[in-house]
Amino acid sequence: MGYTGKLFLILLSTVLVNNFVLSRFLGICPFLGVSKKVSTAMGMGAAVIFVMALASLFTYIIQYAILEPLSLEYLQTIAFILVIAALVQFVEMVIQKMSPTLYQALGVYLPLITTNCAVLGVAIINIREDYDLLQTLVNGTGAALGFTLALVLMAGIRERLELSDIPESLKGFPITLITAGLMSVAFLGFQGLIK
Amino acid sequence: MKASKAIINGIITENPIFRLVRGMCPTLAVTTAAINGIGMGLATAFVLIASNLVISLIKDFIPSQVRIPAFIVVAATFVTVTGMLMEAFIPGLYESLGIFIPLIVVNCIILGRAEAFASKNSPLVAVADGIGMGLGFTLALTLLGIIREILGAGTLFGMQLMPQAFNPAVIMILPPGAFLTLGLLLGLLNKLTAKTK
Repeated sequence: MGYTGKLFLILLSTVLVNNFVLSRFLGICPFLGVSKKVSTAMGMGAAVIFVMALASLFTYIIQYAILEPLSLEYLQTIAFILVIAALVQFVEMVIQKMSPTLYQALGVYLPLITTNCAVLGVAIINIREDYDLLQTLVNGTGAALGFTLALVLMAGIRERLELSDIPESLKGFPITLITAGLMSVAFLGFQGLIK
Repeated sequence: MKASKAIINGIITENPIFRLVRGMCPTLAVTTAAINGIGMGLATAFVLIASNLVISLIKDFIPSQVRIPAFIVVAATFVTVTGMLMEAFIPGLYESLGIFIPLIVVNCIILGRAEAFASKNSPLVAVADGIGMGLGFTLALTLLGIIREILGAGTLFGMQLMPQAFNPAVIMILPPGAFLTLGLLLGLLNKLTAKTK
């Protein structure tokens, strides 16, 4: 299998087979918190795709240009989380100046992303899997796409749940978690795609 | 608030998992076996206690504009320490918890308690809150781990518990099992508390 084939495999695997939310359990907080309406889910998804692609790129540079040459790998967690926090802040400022309309659409979600464990998670996975720069970018974007897919699907289901008759004690979080469980069963079906 | 009250508060009244529904990622991901639940819970509890203590000690020196980054750095430091200790002394458990050890730093419980509690209280009470929240988290994770391990593998802490004829429901230790177990458990708790009211 050629290099392009491998890239495609990484993309497929991270979007469907090892979906970040439903099989790796990263980014559960926004998944449960921001999935009440399809439109907000889309906004959050767009912001996450943007930040995760950038964060993958920057943490890759930090790891291989600074931490490894100086053998400071043990500072990885601290360095990455600071880079992500600063990046989110920076992205927020740039968007605010460059495109007020985009800022209005994404603005509220951006601060939430710093504590989205999917962003730090994808950065660490990239390093642990020994991906090169291009693979890192594909994996980062793919992970965010998978997150968005799960989030938007969930929001679509929850909009309908609002109208349905749910037992009193299952309202709110319990039924959301059970729904997520059923979605996760469905996503298990993709397991056979990749050997 | 008294120290003893802060401990009880974390374990029961405001249990981070069952009451506040925080820190879902590690809760769902690592509870495939009871021992993983305990390990993850104690690691998080250690970080929580240590960072609560330090944040409560330095709260008067941090300008409020940069407090969030400062809290994150404190938490990340202790996460790194925990990771290194675990790698050295219990490499097996460290291996099975994998990426979720560094991810303790973005656990909402850590930052949430720092912001809502440790930065407003004296060191002693902040440590008590850390102990309470940490134990509450550990208990919840262990309970989930026990349920999933018994149903999904027929074992408890690695020992065979169910009779040979028991056919383990493998789905319980796969990702869907995590969502289903926690969802049903929360529903059950809602039902029980609704009755006592």
